[in-house]
Amino acid sequence: MSPVMTQPTTEPLLDIRDLSVSYRTSEGMLPAVRGVDLRVSPGEVVGVAGESGCGKSTLASTVLRLQPQDAEVTGRVEVSGTDVLTARWGDLRVLRWAEASIVFQGALHSLNPVHRVGEQIAEPIRLHEPELAEAVVAGRVGALLEQVGLPRERERAYPHQLSGGQRQRVMIAMALACRPRLVVADEPTTALDVMVQAQILELLSGLVRELGVGLVIISHDLSVLAGICDRVAVMYAGRVVETGTSEQVFTAPVHPYARALSGAFTRIGDPASRYAPAGLAGDPPDLRDLPAGCSFAPRCPRVVDACRSAEPALLELAEGRRAACIRVGEP
Amino acid sequence: MTSTQTLTPAQVARRRRTASMKATWRLLRANRSGMVGLVLLVAFILVALLAPVLADSQGLEVTRATGGVLEPPSLHYPLGTDDNGRSILTLLIWGSRISLFVGLSATVISMVIGTFMGLMSGFFEGRSAALLFRVTEWFLVIPFLPLAIVLASVLGRSLLNIAIVIGVTSWPGTALLIRSQTLSVKERPYLERARVLGAGRWHQMTRHVLPNVMPMVFANTTLTVAIAILSETTLSFLGLGDPTRVSWGSMLEDAFSVGAMTTGAWWFIVPPGVCVVLVVLAFTLVGQALEEVLNPRLRRSS
Amino acid sequence: MSGPTLLEARDVSVAFTTRGGSVARALDGVDLAVAQGEVVAIVGESGSGKTTLARALMGLQRPSAGQVLFEGAPLEYSTRGMRGFRGQVQMVLQDAAGSLNPRQTVYESVAEGIRLHRLVAADADRRSEVQLVAAALAEAGLRPPERLFLRYPHELSGGQKQRVLIAGALALRPRLLVADEPVSSLDASIRGEILALLLKLRRDLGVGVVVVTHDLGLAWNIADRIAVMYLGRVVECGSTEEVLESPRHPYTQALLSVVPEIERLAPVVLTGEIPDPTRIPAGCRFHPRCPALADGSAAAAGVGDRCLGEPLPVLSAAGEHRTACHLDAVLSRT
Repeated sequence: MSPVMTQPTTEPLLDIRDLSVSYRTSEGMLPAVRGVDLRVSPGEVVGVAGESGCGKSTLASTVLRLQPQDAEVTGRVEVSGTDVLTARWGDLRVLRWAEASIVFQGALHSLNPVHRVGEQIAEPIRLHEPELAEAVVAGRVGALLEQVGLPRERERAYPHQLSGGQRQRVMIAMALACRPRLVVADEPTTALDVMVQAQILELLSGLVRELGVGLVIISHDLSVLAGICDRVAVMYAGRVVETGTSEQVFTAPVHPYARALSGAFTRIGDPASRYAPAGLAGDPPDLRDLPAGCSFAPRCPRVVDACRSAEPALLELAEGRRAACIRVGEP
Repeated sequence: MTSTQTLTPAQVARRRRTASMKATWRLLRANRSGMVGLVLLVAFILVALLAPVLADSQGLEVTRATGGVLEPPSLHYPLGTDDNGRSILTLLIWGSRISLFVGLSATVISMVIGTFMGLMSGFFEGRSAALLFRVTEWFLVIPFLPLAIVLASVLGRSLLNIAIVIGVTSWPGTALLIRSQTLSVKERPYLERARVLGAGRWHQMTRHVLPNVMPMVFANTTLTVAIAILSETTLSFLGLGDPTRVSWGSMLEDAFSVGAMTTGAWWFIVPPGVCVVLVVLAFTLVGQALEEVLNPRLRRSS
Repeated sequence: MSGPTLLEARDVSVAFTTRGGSVARALDGVDLAVAQGEVVAIVGESGSGKTTLARALMGLQRPSAGQVLFEGAPLEYSTRGMRGFRGQVQMVLQDAAGSLNPRQTVYESVAEGIRLHRLVAADADRRSEVQLVAAALAEAGLRPPERLFLRYPHELSGGQKQRVLIAGALALRPRLLVADEPVSSLDASIRGEILALLLKLRRDLGVGVVVVTHDLGLAWNIADRIAVMYLGRVVECGSTEEVLESPRHPYTQALLSVVPEIERLAPVVLTGEIPDPTRIPAGCRFHPRCPALADGSAAAAGVGDRCLGEPLPVLSAAGEHRTACHLDAVLSRT
């Protein structure tokens, strides 16, 4: 794990403050994100962990203002000082890909099957820097492919000719095409084999060291984040329920949900988990029908009556360490 | 305990089916053009069913015709008379029966053959399935009109034969649609699960493939009826229909042969033509609305 | 181990001819034996052949060579011949969402197997179909079962869908369940529940499980034995403790090393990906990516040439810890 590079004089690359996003559905407003704060500094790797319906993908989409047009959004999302949510179209266009970019989920479906991958990597370069000569663009594409561990000749391949791991590398190359300072990777290792997953994570941390970009990784797999992130935020039902360094959140979580998530990861060799799979009872939260009080209460092993009366605030336990649970600190 | 204790699984299944039919109806109601088509359709069906009430059948008999030849519309004869003095309105009303009946029975024949061929060639693999597919393709390229004329002259001029002719020449379209649906449904995981549970091919086809294929087929049926009615009109117009029965097509044939165009007897030509157009339009609108409603791709559930 | 051999694969190979004309050997000689009441994990990455092996064991895939035996007798691949087998060995497929017919209610999905095998007539306790369905759903952890009778698959959560599938398989009273990636599409926090259910079924009903997975942690959680597969062959097998605490094959060692929080092993991230099954490397099929060959330890032990040219025999299905590796063969003798 790379140490956090503290640059107190530099503004954060990404500063999300009190973000709330609600989707308009036929049954009313669906709150996908409810009051989330997140900060990423240059060279830092921040993980957002959570399961289906927790709002992490919605959070990622707001960084480049990619959420649906009719979604209701409040709060601020500042990328390098510019509020993305209220930026003018021209500023937003410049910001998209050149300041911040996204590695999308599901690389197979994010790549256009009828264009060669070299073309697709070149596309954002041409859009942002139209004055560049073709040879220069081609050179950049080749360099990017090498940077992600693919041979230059692969630029002539079509997506279906590449394996899952190779496609993911192409997606990363695309995200780096315009030299952004912030990269958001949405589930970059899902659906990849264990070994390929390790390769991609190794690649990502290498790129962070080399280029000094800020990286936000979103994953439902806490163990993936543990190895690569400096800090982790755990989300549940649209809110952040715990933050801390990845070491803290993974080995000593305090919020009951974070504990369940961490506990779900089996430590091989630990006799305690032999024939004892750890799980969490109940179903994922239904965002249309959230209970009053703490949204985790229906499934919480440590629930008390007080939990049902009000949604617990994110309490600061120590520097950079927060948890949204009224029973934190109790034995 | 819930009330399901007192209900048998069959009753439970029936309740779910009625609930889902009601949901489908609600969706259909929202489709404006579909409702227009439905209203038109119901109107025509009512006219056909209530023909004896609306118009005296005696008006069809040439020998008892009381009107003059090719009289223009008047109070007594709202749509005028034909070359035999019969009321055109009476002919129109009774003719609707033939057109609709032939159209519907031809569609039934077409659907039965098409569904069977489509399912078989889509579900099975190997030579027999390939053979069925070739037969389908072969029938598809046979030109409709020459085949219809040949069949009609061989089988003789009757309503049933017309229905057969149309059915036999229009099934390939249905078969191809069902075949492609079958091919895609066949690969779905729940088919494999049925195999794992021990289901034989018949069970897989009837309980899994067919129910998932039928909705699209159903929507296609209404469009097939439209084509069948048009085909019947064409064949009757060409003189291949039953000479003793009046249909909209035969009315057009009569009109043409007595030169109603040149004499300006528009009341002989326009009404049957308009009726055919309206009925076809009605079926088409309903068919398109059904397709939208029943197409699973357009429905995003929770 | 737990009892007599129930289901066995003997030197099973499955080859596909691709459109280009080349032959893809998805399975290239596998011996595997599963005893009554045992939980066996087949572990591997995509392209290892693990799903093909599961389908061959289920009779969904006819082997191009070798045999699959149930209670000592080879499988009969006719529908009638399979009927009896299917009543004893059931499968839970990978795609939980797609495995349920969207037009069938939960009740109908679970009742399907019961009706196909006419279990109502054969039931010793004279239970009705409704009772059998309710019992299966309850055993799968869905209580009260009646509440779900009328639901359609799209109204269920991922975990519930998986439980319905398990209930559908349980309704046939199988002696063995083959589960292909049963929890990989579920949220991490729910996986434990489904895995605990599988263990409970073994404890209460004596149902064995063959679970196909890429997750070594899952194997640690529930498996008695593990078979690690690479490119169509089993490269290491033995009890879970033996294989996961003292792995002997370089591939197993590498897989273990990249599991997060494994402190005792330095991460060995292999380069490249599993080769195409149409172009299986000569000699040891793992040699192009083998860290032991790359760093010279194989050469130092004198087996370098054998890794490149001498193919390894099929690992037998016996219970002891075995590895298909030239280097290991030398090292374990010393």
